[in-house]
Amino acid sequence: MPEVRVTVNGEQYSAEVEPRLLLSDFLRHRISLTGTHVGCEHGICGACTVLLNGEPVRSCLMFAAQADGANLQTIEGLAGTEGKLHPVQQAFHEAHGMQCGFCTPGFVMSVVALLESNPEASDEELMDALSGNLCRCTGYANIVEAAKLARAGMR
Amino acid sequence: MIGKAIRRVEDDRLLRGQGRYLDDIHPEGAVEVALFRSPHAHARIASIDTSAVLDLPGVVAVVDGRDTEPELEPMVFDIAKIIPPPVQESVDPQVRVHPMPVLPTDRVTYMGQPVVAVVATDRYVAEDALELIDIEFETLPAVVDARAALEPDAPLLEPEWGDNLAMSFAFARGDVEGAFAAADVVIEEEFFSHRQHASPIETRGVLASVDPQDGSLSVWSSTQTPHLLRDFLARWLRMSPHAIRVRAPDVGGSFGVKHSCYPEDLLVPWLARRLGRPVKWVEDRAEHLQAATHGRDHVHRIALAADSDGRILAVRDDALMNTGAFNLLGLVVPYNSFTHLLGPYDVGAFQFSMRVAVTNTGVMAPLRGAGRPEAVFAMERAVDRLARHLGRDPSDVRERNLIRPGQMPYDCGLIYRDGTPQVYDSGDYPALLRRARELVERERFEQDARRVGVGYAIYTEGTGVGPFETANVRIEPTGRVTVATGASSQGQGHRTTLAQIAAETLGVPFESVDVIGGDTAAVSQGFGTLASRTAVVAGNAVAEAATAVRSQALEVAAGLLGAASYELELEDGVIRVRNRAGASMSLAEVAGFLTPFNPGRPRGMAAEIEAGSVFRPGPVTWAAGVHAAVVAVNEATGEVELLRFVVAHDCGRVVNPAIADGQIMGGVVQGIGAALYEELVYNEHGQLVTGSFLDYGLPTANEAPEFVLAHVDAPSPLNPLGIKGLGEGGAIGPPAAIANAVEDALSHLDVVVRRCPLGPSRVRDLIRDAVTTRQLNTVD
Amino acid sequence: MKPARFDYHAPERLDEVLELLADDEHDVRVIAGGQSLVPMMNFRLAVPEVLVDLRRVEGLHQVEIDAGGALEVGAAVTQARVLRDARIKDGWPLLHEGISHIGHPQIRSRGTVCGCLAHHDPHGELPALAVALDAELVVAGPHGRRTIPAEDFFASYYEVALEPGELLVAARFPALAPHTGWGFAEITRRRGDFALVGVACILPPGGEPRLAFFGVGDTPVLVTDPTAISESVAPLDDLHASAQYRREAAVTLGEMVVAQARERSGA
Repeated sequence: MPEVRVTVNGEQYSAEVEPRLLLSDFLRHRISLTGTHVGCEHGICGACTVLLNGEPVRSCLMFAAQADGANLQTIEGLAGTEGKLHPVQQAFHEAHGMQCGFCTPGFVMSVVALLESNPEASDEELMDALSGNLCRCTGYANIVEAAKLARAGMR
Repeated sequence: MIGKAIRRVEDDRLLRGQGRYLDDIHPEGAVEVALFRSPHAHARIASIDTSAVLDLPGVVAVVDGRDTEPELEPMVFDIAKIIPPPVQESVDPQVRVHPMPVLPTDRVTYMGQPVVAVVATDRYVAEDALELIDIEFETLPAVVDARAALEPDAPLLEPEWGDNLAMSFAFARGDVEGAFAAADVVIEEEFFSHRQHASPIETRGVLASVDPQDGSLSVWSSTQTPHLLRDFLARWLRMSPHAIRVRAPDVGGSFGVKHSCYPEDLLVPWLARRLGRPVKWVEDRAEHLQAATHGRDHVHRIALAADSDGRILAVRDDALMNTGAFNLLGLVVPYNSFTHLLGPYDVGAFQFSMRVAVTNTGVMAPLRGAGRPEAVFAMERAVDRLARHLGRDPSDVRERNLIRPGQMPYDCGLIYRDGTPQVYDSGDYPALLRRARELVERERFEQDARRVGVGYAIYTEGTGVGPFETANVRIEPTGRVTVATGASSQGQGHRTTLAQIAAETLGVPFESVDVIGGDTAAVSQGFGTLASRTAVVAGNAVAEAATAVRSQALEVAAGLLGAASYELELEDGVIRVRNRAGASMSLAEVAGFLTPFNPGRPRGMAAEIEAGSVFRPGPVTWAAGVHAAVVAVNEATGEVELLRFVVAHDCGRVVNPAIADGQIMGGVVQGIGAALYEELVYNEHGQLVTGSFLDYGLPTANEAPEFVLAHVDAPSPLNPLGIKGLGEGGAIGPPAAIANAVEDALSHLDVVVRRCPLGPSRVRDLIRDAVTTRQLNTVD
Repeated sequence: MKPARFDYHAPERLDEVLELLADDEHDVRVIAGGQSLVPMMNFRLAVPEVLVDLRRVEGLHQVEIDAGGALEVGAAVTQARVLRDARIKDGWPLLHEGISHIGHPQIRSRGTVCGCLAHHDPHGELPALAVALDAELVVAGPHGRRTIPAEDFFASYYEVALEPGELLVAARFPALAPHTGWGFAEITRRRGDFALVGVACILPPGGEPRLAFFGVGDTPVLVTDPTAISESVAPLDDLHASAQYRREAAVTLGEMVVAQARERSGA
């Protein structure tokens, strides 16, 4: 069985995994980070989005084994020391950008990925970054507001 | 507090990834279920051989209908059977209720129906085990379309019925025939609301475990109605309801699909008792699209009789609904279509008939809107066709027919589903329409190189239906206030809005209120969240209980402060004697005084200041809205872009404006999905062709339009808080408004839109057909 | 929807990959980004017995421009990496534009250019881009290396001209002459969807436009006569659009991109 060594939110993990264990299931059930959610398991809804070496990826479309050696960040790793919310998290709260909260971690990670690599992202780039995440509750307007608010806060 | 856009208390833990949704809960030793689901729409089960399954390491059990049939009765729901006598008298409904087996033994009647359950150490192994099941089917002819199902030689879902007609009812008032005979104009058209799926981002799930010491059953379910589920389980498992606790954890959206009760809701607890260990089932998306209940699938043949000024004299509608393989919930959805068809229009003569057919397709249940969007699509499309025929602005024709404020309360001359006479209690429909028209600002979009069109849809919505909701308010020894309610949240922000109501009613800081919903142990009776009712029914229940608690607290404090209770004020959790500085005590002190350890506590008082309430609303209270869509249509490619979406809305008194607007926008985007992108499609063999998100396409942020929202709220006179419901309103208007807008954009071609979704290919078909018709018409 | 079991290898050398691929007793598949393969595996529509991961293989991660000005993109190079490369945006703007339309950021972070080409969904952008840009596909196999012109590479849905045991190791895009015009257009129902129909266009200076259509048949369709688009494409009816729609839209888009290309070429 392949061995996986990953850093997740700054902590190192090492585990033997079945090759077919999806990264989403590894995160949720092997290392108990259930903040990353599973909505479709075929790469469309984006609820499972995490950062892999800084880039947003769909964890349901990766095998944990493929993440060997990688640096992962999940929603649980965003809030700062003393638990202060990341500007993106804070923005979602202020803009009422969430209702049931199930899609929220995926959206937050997508926005974090964009704004941390490109704090000057244009509106068009924002919409592109949001295009890979589905929400069924909010109707999106407030999510877009949250992303813009976060961008302003991070400039 | 009430009326303020307070930020939600729900957010923090969810933002940190500390939500606890069904699949996040995994007790020690829990095993997981995978279901073998029928690949056929209609087939006899010839044989099931699961002998190879148990040999697979990690498999704990495998069961099918032969195991469940002796112990679990087929499922049937009271709501399907109970028809209020006034409804019976008014429309003479014929309703056939047929029980649904938990796992079938004889026949499967829809693709996706669960047939065999495998229980294993994890879902991966359970799915491996599914491949070892040897099951033989003898396929039978399937019928997919409702009209075909009612043909004489159609394959039968229930052979004993002799046909596939599950329900029918009819109604008439006024001289319909005379009106049509005398009319200057008659418009007759057929409109189709296609099959849709709620598809919340979280699928369904159930987790059940039995306490080995006392046999009590603990169930976690992503359900909208924990108490109904508990009561259902109690009956079907033959247990006392007190021995069953049902909790809804954090739930990732529902929109109707997580109602109670599905076969899995019964099967999983039954398995937990049988196996003596926790059993979990988490639905995957493929299962969800097949087997979580579907919505819509109506055909309406609607006719309007009008005079040359556009005044509608009579409406006749013959509707046909496809309810899928089982008539699960009876009149709920089709009756809504009946009561909501005329909407805000003042129409003298009205005739309506509804037939509901069973077919070999996914089972239908209320999907956000629940029969209203289908009716509004028919009526609002017909009104636009009438306007076009008369050469008038559709908004003017609407305006001409609206019920005036002076006519309120307006007796619709119908009986609502709860048996009460349907009376619009309040609302200013002309003002709503006026406001929407102002906000459209068509001129701003006319520069677009494409064809710009505007379309409207106006609707009324019965909200706050009974039978009841419960609330319990208690002052804790710490002075914090706990509010427990039967309402259950799937994202609506009840922990915030109900806390706002409690805080204002009681006179305590908002931050000191904790709301617990969705737990049968927190409050013993409850109904649940659906049908745009929670703000109305739970909201008022909370206010009632909070009012009672306030009185009790003031009474105790009066004794302690040496004042009469009418001299006391309770604000911010502190009780003060008016005009007597320094005489005050906190609620915590009052609660502390009542501790049983205090020998000086008043006799005969309970240990805590607590009050429960059961709020039984009277007739539903009527919300209303006008939706307006501005679209740009690319005539060459058929692409439709939504430039602006306007909502002028009446939801009575608003508890939290941000949450209210969030609900509206969320509903609208679901409606936009229906109008432009989403459709569940079966082929002629009853195979679901749209079986994944690749083919069932939910809108993304890029497809959401610019929103302009306005409130023209008329408080409800029917409940003390003046609230009207709003959970579903957003989903009611968009298909009609957008279809009207596209037709307007293509009015130079006289395109007729009879159905959605209006994807590019369909729009091009409409254009091509219209152009061809034109060419044919000009050649002679 | 969990995948079936498989054996997993993450070799470091190409010859190890080829050795694994030479196994004709097992169903062996290669995985790079997995954005097309893993959904199929989760649905159990694809059930490989052996999965060979390219992520550690030397020599597959290059994005290089050779002495002749041709761009070489190795098999493990992601679409996101290509988009970030300013040389590509500059020298192969059509490639940049086309790839920016692929799916969503999460897909592009993992999806590879070569993986997409080898997978060959004719509704996708990359096969058509390769044809428009006259790319060469570099293939390694038991008998050594060979190159296949893009026009000959795409056989049918999910079928390419790879023999058993062969691996696509790189895609080479020839340098474009100065003042080469280009155009790109696609119609999707939602942002990021597979296109209903689309076209990539290259207009060499003083030459005729090369239009590579996607979504109009079981391979990309190359059209060099913009007046003959309708007869050149062979679309089918499906859930999302009719054949007639695709045919008509192809003509509309063809006109659009030729105009774009002419404008860009300064002609």
